[in-house]
Order: sequence, then C-alpha cells, then structure tokens
Amino acid sequence: MVDMLAGLMPPEIWRLIVIVVQIVAIVLPLLVAVAYLTYAERKVIGAIQLRKGPNVVGPFGLLQPLADGVKLFLKETILPSGASKAVFIIAPMLTFFLALIAWAVIPFDEGWVLADINVGVLYLFAISSLGVYGIIMSGWASNSKYAFLGGLRSAAQMVSYEVSIGFVLISVLLSVGSLNLSDVVLKQKETVWFIIPHLPMFFIFLISALAETNRAPFDLPEAESELVAGYNVEYSAMTFALFFLGEYANMILMSGMTAILFLGGWLPPIDVAPFNWVPGIIWFALKICAVLFVFLWVRATFPRYRYDQLMRLGWKVFLPFSLFWLVLTAGVLVAFGWLPNQG
Amino acid sequence: MSFLDRTARAFLLTELFQGLALTFRYMFKPKVTINYPYEKGPLSTRFRGEHALRRYANGEERCIACKLCEAICPAQAITIEAEPRGDGSRRARRYDLDMTKCIFCGLCQEACPVDAIVEGPNFEYATETRAELMYNKSKLLANGDRWEAELALRIAEDAPYR
Repeated sequence: MVDMLAGLMPPEIWRLIVIVVQIVAIVLPLLVAVAYLTYAERKVIGAIQLRKGPNVVGPFGLLQPLADGVKLFLKETILPSGASKAVFIIAPMLTFFLALIAWAVIPFDEGWVLADINVGVLYLFAISSLGVYGIIMSGWASNSKYAFLGGLRSAAQMVSYEVSIGFVLISVLLSVGSLNLSDVVLKQKETVWFIIPHLPMFFIFLISALAETNRAPFDLPEAESELVAGYNVEYSAMTFALFFLGEYANMILMSGMTAILFLGGWLPPIDVAPFNWVPGIIWFALKICAVLFVFLWVRATFPRYRYDQLMRLGWKVFLPFSLFWLVLTAGVLVAFGWLPNQG
Repeated sequence: MSFLDRTARAFLLTELFQGLALTFRYMFKPKVTINYPYEKGPLSTRFRGEHALRRYANGEERCIACKLCEAICPAQAITIEAEPRGDGSRRARRYDLDMTKCIFCGLCQEACPVDAIVEGPNFEYATETRAELMYNKSKLLANGDRWEAELALRIAEDAPYR
C-alpha cells in the first residue's frame, strides 16, 4: 500500500511526506518523554525526600503531566510592557526548536537515524552551543534585572563547559576515527563501551552536561533563592512551557549523547541470547532513562554551586584534565598502534 | 602528603559518591507523607483547636459570664455581655469570639472556672468568608454539642496533671 501511495505523487513530494512522518515519529514520543520526565523527576525527588510526589491526578498521579500541560495552555501569556516583544516571543521558540532539531542525528538503532550525516557530533555540538542564544535573548528581551543576570550567568556557564565537553568529545572521536554517531556506536560494538577506557571522561561529560543543561547543582541561571527564577521570570503560560520543554528535551538529548558516546548506544550490555533479542531502541531508551535518573538523583542530592566555584571547576579542573586525557588518549593510540583509519 | 590526599579525594569524587549513596538509601525508606484528607496524623489530647462552649450533663450551659476569659485573652478576641436569666442565674447574653483574632494560646480555657470555654481537637473549620469566622454563642454551643465526647475525654486525660 505504501508503494501504491508513493506511485500516486511526484517523488519529491513523497520524500517530503516520508520525512515529515519520520520527524513526527521522533518528536511526539520525545514530547511525551519530556512530560513524563517531569513526572519522574517529581516522583524521584519526592522519594528521596521521603515524600510521595504527585499521586492524585489519575492512577499514581500518572495524568499529572497532562494536567500541567492543560494548565499552561489555558493560562494567559503575559507580555511585559517594557519587554522587546518580538525577541521576547522568539527566545522560547528558539530554545524549544533547538532542543528538537538536535535529535535529527541521534541513531536510535542501527540505521534508525533521520539524518545520517558524517559530522553528527559536530552538528550536536553546534546546536547545543546555539542553545545559549535562546537564554540570552530571553534575558535581554525581558528588560528585567533578574532575567538579565540569569541570561548572563547562563551564557558564561554554557560557554565554559562547552570547552571541556569539546575535549571529551575529541578524546572519544580519536578512538573512533569518525564524527558519525552511528560509527561511534559501531566502534563500541567491535571494541568495548567507551565508559571503560574513558571512565574519567564519562564523569566529566556527565557533570558538564549538568552545567550545559542548567540543571542542579549548576542551575545558577535560574537560582530561585537569589534570581527568583533567572531568565524565565517574566515568562508565563506557553512561552514558559516552551522553555520548560526545551530544558527537559535538552536533558534527554544530553542523556542520549552520553548513552551513544560512552554506554554503547543501542547495543545490549552483553551480546548473548536473552539480551540481543531485545530491540536496540529499547536498550537505547533504557540507557537514556538510567542517565536521566542520575540527573534527577544528583539534583536531589547536591546543593547549588557558588558562581566562582562553578567557573573554577570548569576552567581550572575540567579543562586541564580533559586536555591531559586527550593527549594521553592520543599517545596510547599511537604507541599501541590502535589508531583507527590508519593509512 | 595532605595535598595529594585532598586532590585524590577530589578527583575520585569520594564525598560526592557518599552523598549519592545516602540519598539512594533514602529513596527506599518509608514515606513520611500521609494522604491528608483521607489519612490524618495523631493529635495530642492537649492540641488547641477550634473553640467550643460546653454544657452540663443535664443540658444546662456551663458559662456563667464571669468574663475571666475576656479579661485574659491577649488578642482581645472574646466579647461577653452578661445578664440575669429568668430564673435569676447569671448567664451570657452575648458570647462572641473572633476566630481571626484568636492566637490559640489556650489562656481562655485555663481561666475558665467551670470548664465552659475549651479548645477542641478540630482544626478543619476553614470558611469561604471572613464573616463566618466571627463565632457567636450559638455557634460555640453547637461546637460543644458536636465535640462533647472528645472534649470530656481531653479534660479527663489532662486532669492528673492539674
């Protein structure tokens, strides 16, 4: 039937339809995942603080995210009179949009990737660098000192931690010899998951990912105790919801990157009978969930960093250490003749 | 050596992992939250909640309008007007209690010579209007009738310490 449909229309239109369907197939589950990530967050943090978390709306509170969504939809979007209106509206859209387009290069299983481009890692890195613009724009356009300070902090923080994320990525890429994310996973299939040789880099990546997504303990841009809510003080209803969705989608994206770079993407933990019957996408989802749990667990455990401590950690600990590890990786690869793509 | 020790600890994230282990253990502990409107926590028999005016077993109201509670009330929430009743006994014509002023110190029940005004176990008397919180004598007597069993128990429990 699909072939019949394809025959009915010009091939360009058909390709467009296929791509749109693929995008919807990625974005819809992603949005549902974001909704239930907020639920999981409240449940996990509740459990750690000996509370119950949401349990009133629907069985076990499972409809709580929907109720929240409906609430945000129905509320009024307030435009502050002093705000720069167009930028104020564009900023959350940009954040949300960037959080979604990054998923184009994520391989969910062998060959299950929307855009199998050879610069996948670079693309992800570029998109996550652009993410800071949404926050800066919102901080600037809100015309509010809290939002402005939040935006500045966020910019400085994201730029600082991107540097060490960059070196972590290079260490991994040196061992793979390709920037294609599918190749990263396939390389781990023929060797070992990179969490084993690159364990310190795994932790640096995880911690930098926390800083990159403005999550606790690095949630200085929205430090509610001093900045009220940082860059999203002035936002309400759907504009706020877009920031929120963007932040959580970014968390899932960072967990996905961690899974691909260090935890073997869609690969089963051991390639033997009961494990490799499970489809790769399930393994991938499980790994993402595990990393997301760490995100929530860390949030429930650690107090917020002071700003100077945050900068010190980024520039004076992570940057030299990841640089050292990069040199070490390169040295080991050359010394043992393990370099990929030789000759 | 201490420098090495400190650096090693910092790089191995030992303290962070200890913290994470602690929160992970807490995740499986029993929850302290109760499902409030359906489950309620225990209350002391000395808990000071909503006020009530009690009656004697024969139905006669206890209050003799001595105004000791009005005098001692630090928030001046109580207003009493006394008058002799038909049978010649002294009774309160008005007994008004402003629940928005009351600070629940319990001095009124301490001052009362006949155990008439008491603070009961009820704390769920929120209203939708402010006017409903201006209690009068009939409201307080109705509270007394409603909660009498528990009020008597509370006074009996407290008696050994008086």
